[in-house]
Amino acid sequence: MSEAFLSALRHTLPAEALVLDVERLRAFECDALSAYRALPMAVALPGSEEDVIAVLQLAHAHRIPVVARGAGTGLSGGATPTAGCLLLGMSRMRRLLYLDPLARYARVQPGVRNQAISEAAGHYGLYYAPDPSSQIACTIGGNVAENAGGIHCLKYGLTVHNLLGLRAVTMEGELLELGGTLDCNGYDLLALLTGSEGLLAVVTEVTVRLLPKPQLARVILASFAEVGHAADAVAQLVGSGATPAALEMMDGATVRAVEDFLQAGYPTDVAALLLCEADGTPEEVEADIVQMSRVLRAAGACELRVSDSEAERQQLWAGRKAAFPAAAKLAPDYYCMDGSIPRAAVGRVLAGIASLSAQYGLACINVFHAGDGNLHPLILFDANRAGELARAEQFGTDIAALCVSEGGAITGEHGVGIEKLDGMCAQFNAAELGQFSAIKAAFDPLGLLNPGKLIPTLHRCAEYGRMHVHRGQLPHPELPRF
Amino acid sequence: MLTDLQAQLRQAHAMSVPVRIVGAGSKQGWHAPQQGEALHVGSHAGIIDYAPAERVISARAGTRLAEIQAVLASQGQMLAAEPPDFGGHATLGGALATGWSGPRRPWAGAMRDQLLGVEILNGQGELLRFGGRVMKNVAGFDLARLMVGANGTLGLITEAHLKVLPLPEVETVRVFELPQADAIALANRLCAAPWPLSGAAWQGGLLRIRLSGNAAAVATAQQQLGGEPDVERHWFARLQAMQLDSFAPPSAEQGLWRLSLPQTCPPLLADYPQLIDWAGGRRWLSAPLAAAQAISTSARGAGGHALLQRSQAGWPTAPRNPTLLALEARIRRALDPRQILNRRQGD
Ligand SMILES: Cc1cc2nc3c(=O)[nH]c(=O)nc-3n(C[C@H](O)[C@H](O)[C@H](O)COP(=O)(O)OP(=O)(O)OC[C@H]3O[C@@H](n4cnc5c(N)ncnc54)[C@H](O)[C@@H]3O)c2cc1C
Repeated sequence: MSEAFLSALRHTLPAEALVLDVERLRAFECDALSAYRALPMAVALPGSEEDVIAVLQLAHAHRIPVVARGAGTGLSGGATPTAGCLLLGMSRMRRLLYLDPLARYARVQPGVRNQAISEAAGHYGLYYAPDPSSQIACTIGGNVAENAGGIHCLKYGLTVHNLLGLRAVTMEGELLELGGTLDCNGYDLLALLTGSEGLLAVVTEVTVRLLPKPQLARVILASFAEVGHAADAVAQLVGSGATPAALEMMDGATVRAVEDFLQAGYPTDVAALLLCEADGTPEEVEADIVQMSRVLRAAGACELRVSDSEAERQQLWAGRKAAFPAAAKLAPDYYCMDGSIPRAAVGRVLAGIASLSAQYGLACINVFHAGDGNLHPLILFDANRAGELARAEQFGTDIAALCVSEGGAITGEHGVGIEKLDGMCAQFNAAELGQFSAIKAAFDPLGLLNPGKLIPTLHRCAEYGRMHVHRGQLPHPELPRF
Repeated sequence: MLTDLQAQLRQAHAMSVPVRIVGAGSKQGWHAPQQGEALHVGSHAGIIDYAPAERVISARAGTRLAEIQAVLASQGQMLAAEPPDFGGHATLGGALATGWSGPRRPWAGAMRDQLLGVEILNGQGELLRFGGRVMKNVAGFDLARLMVGANGTLGLITEAHLKVLPLPEVETVRVFELPQADAIALANRLCAAPWPLSGAAWQGGLLRIRLSGNAAAVATAQQQLGGEPDVERHWFARLQAMQLDSFAPPSAEQGLWRLSLPQTCPPLLADYPQLIDWAGGRRWLSAPLAAAQAISTSARGAGGHALLQRSQAGWPTAPRNPTLLALEARIRRALDPRQILNRRQGD
C-alpha cells in the first residue's frame, strides 16, 4: 500500500523534492515541542501549488495521512508527524510573489519567513504587523495555521486581522481561493482557516496586509518591586485612553536570566519589568508617553526609563526577544504554557501560578504578552530526573485550568496541537467538540489531514473527565461510566 | 427566554421546518426574504457585562446597538467597526449576522475583528460557546468569527463578547474636490503613509478624509494635508448610519449594489452614480436591475464581487465559485443539518 504510494509519489515530484532515508527524516520528527516525536513515512517538499494539489490528490487516493509543516517552530506539536504519515514540508515555497506598495499588500508563498515580509515591505515604508518572537524563523503559512500573535498585536491585531486573502488546497486536492477584499462574499472561510492548525486545508498562498511604519516609536522600561504592582499597572494601562503598541512583562527571574545571557541593561534587583511602547505621530507618542508614565508611576513603578533613540529602543527589546533562549540556560528543559486571561486577572493568576510552583516543587518563570492577557509561564524541569516531566505536565494542566476558571482560554497563540488535547476537554463540552468534528468532516471527510490534532476524541475526554467537572455538569452524560 | 428559543429551535429541527430569525427587522428590504416561522430574538436583550478597564462588552443578541453605543460612549469608548444602527433599531445579533462595518473599517477592523466570542444555538437547538472574553484565543476552530456575515444560516447568535476601543480625542474632516480616479489614488497614497486616518470616502466630486487621534496629532495632520473643512455636518455619521441619499430605497427598475473591490481599483462602471467608501474598498452603486449581469461580471473581473443590496424586484444571486459553494453547503449542514435556519425564499 505505502510502496505503491511511494512509487507514485516518485513520479509526481522530482527526486530532490523527496526525503525518504531515515537519517534525513529525523530532521522532521518533531517541532519545537520536542517531547513528542514520530518519524514520517516520507517528506515531500512541493515547489508549487500544482505540486501540492498533485501530492494531496495522490495521498487522498491512497488514504495516506498528511501533515503540513512550515519551519517547525510550533510549540504545541501541530507539525509533529503522525506515525506513517506523509509530511508536507512547505519550506521550498518561499517566494514573495507580488508586493503592491500603494494597495499595501503582499502575496507570498506559505514558506516565506514572517520577518522576510517586513524586510521586503520596509523599502516602501511599510511592514507586516504580527511579529511573533520566532519571526526570524517561522513561516507565514505556520502563522496562518496558528493565528500567531506577537509583541505588537495589542494594537495591531493577530494574524487573522492582518490577512487579505488565502489560497489553500483541501485534502481532496480542491483549490480554495478566499478573501481578496475588505468585505467577504459568503462565509468567512478566511477567518475559519486562520488558526485551524493545518486540519482543514494546506495553505499555498497568503495575501497579507501591510501597514505604514509609524513615524515614531518609543518604549518605556518600568521596574517594579512587586509583581502585583506590575500586574495592576497592566490592567490600568489597558483601561486608560492610550493603547500601548506593545505591553510585555517579565518577572525578576526572567530579567536576571536575560541579563546573564546578553546584558540588555535591565535593572536586576526587581520583581518584575514592564516594557510599554507608544507609537504613532510624534505628537501622539509624546502625549502617550506622558500618560503611560503617569499610570505606571501611580501603580507603583520604582523606576522608569524611556528610550531616546531607535538604537536604545531596539536594545531594550533585544532582552525581551532573547527571553526564551535565556530561559533555556536555567534548566535542562522547559515547558512553555500559553494561557489567555482577562487583563484584570493577571495579578491573581500569577499569584496562583506561584503557589502551584511551590506545590509542585518546580520553578516557573513568566515572560509574556501582558497587554493581551496572554501568559507564557515557563516551567523549568529536568526530563532526566524521574517523574519531573510528568510533574511539569501536571503543573501545566493546572495552570490551564486556572486560566479557564478565570474565563480565559487554554491557548492564546500557540495552538492546541497534540499538547493541549486534554485542555480542550476542559474548555469545551461534548456538543461543542462535536461541532469541531463536523467542521473538520466538511473539509476532510476521511480525516486524513493532520489527524489526531486539535480535537480530542470523546473517549479521551471521558478519561480525562473522570476527575473533571465542566460548568457544573458532568461531561458526556451519553458515554458509559464505570 | 433562552430556553424558549432553544425549545422552538429543537422543535423546528425535529420537524424539519424552516425558521427565520428576526431581531428588530431593521434591515428589512436590505436582504432577500427568508422562509418559515419568525423566531423573535429582539426581547432576548440586555448588556450582561461591561468592563471599561478591560475594554470588553458582553451583551445578548437582542440588545440595540444604539444602547451599546451609548453605554460605551459614556465611558469614552466605542465599537470601532462602526456597524450601522439603522435609525437606532438594529440589534447586536443582526449587526453580527450581517457583519456590516462602517467607515472606520480599513483602519480599526471589521465586526468580525472585534468579536471575541459568541454563544449560539445551532440548527439542532444545541447551546454552544466559541471564543470567549479574552483578547487571544486559539482553542478550537474559530466558529465565533465564522458566524459573522453568515446571515444567521449557521446558528442563532444569543450572546456576544466584543472588544471595544477608546474614542479618539478629536475627529475632523478635510474635503478635497477631485474626480473619482484622482480621489481613489489620493486616498490610497494617504493610506500608505502614517497619517492618523479613520475615513476616506468620495461622492459627487468630493473626497472626504477623516482624521482621528489626539488633538495635537490631528492638528498637525490637518495642516499638512490641506483641503477644506466640511460644510456638511455629520456627513460621516450619516454615512455610517446609511442615511445619506445614496442609500434611499431604489425605484422599481433600479437596484443598489455593494461592490467590494481592491481599494486601488480604478473607477469601475463609472457611468452609474457611486458612493465610494473605505478608500475604494467598498462602492455603493445605483443602476438599473437590467445591468445586474454586467455589474457582477465587472466586479469579478476587477478581483472583487458585487451584491445587490436593495431592490423592489427580487434578489438575483450572483454566480460564485462552485467549489466554495459546495464547501459552504457542507459547512452549513455541519451546523444546521436540516438547513432550517434563515433559508432564502425559493431555496
Ligand atoms: C522561541 C519561540 C518563540 C515563539 N514566539 C511566538 C510568539 O510570540 N507568538 C506566537 O504566536 N507564536 C510563537 N511561537 C510559536 C511558533 O513560532 C508559531 O506557532 C508559528 O506560527 C509556527 O510557524 P512554523 O512555520 O514554524 O509552523 P510549524 O511549526 O511548522 O507548523 C505549525 C502548524 O501549522 C501547520 N502548517 C504549517 N504550514 C502550513 C501550511 N502551509 N498550510 C497549512 N498548515 C500549515 C502545521 O501543520 C502545524 O499544525 C514561538 C516559538 C518559538 C520556538
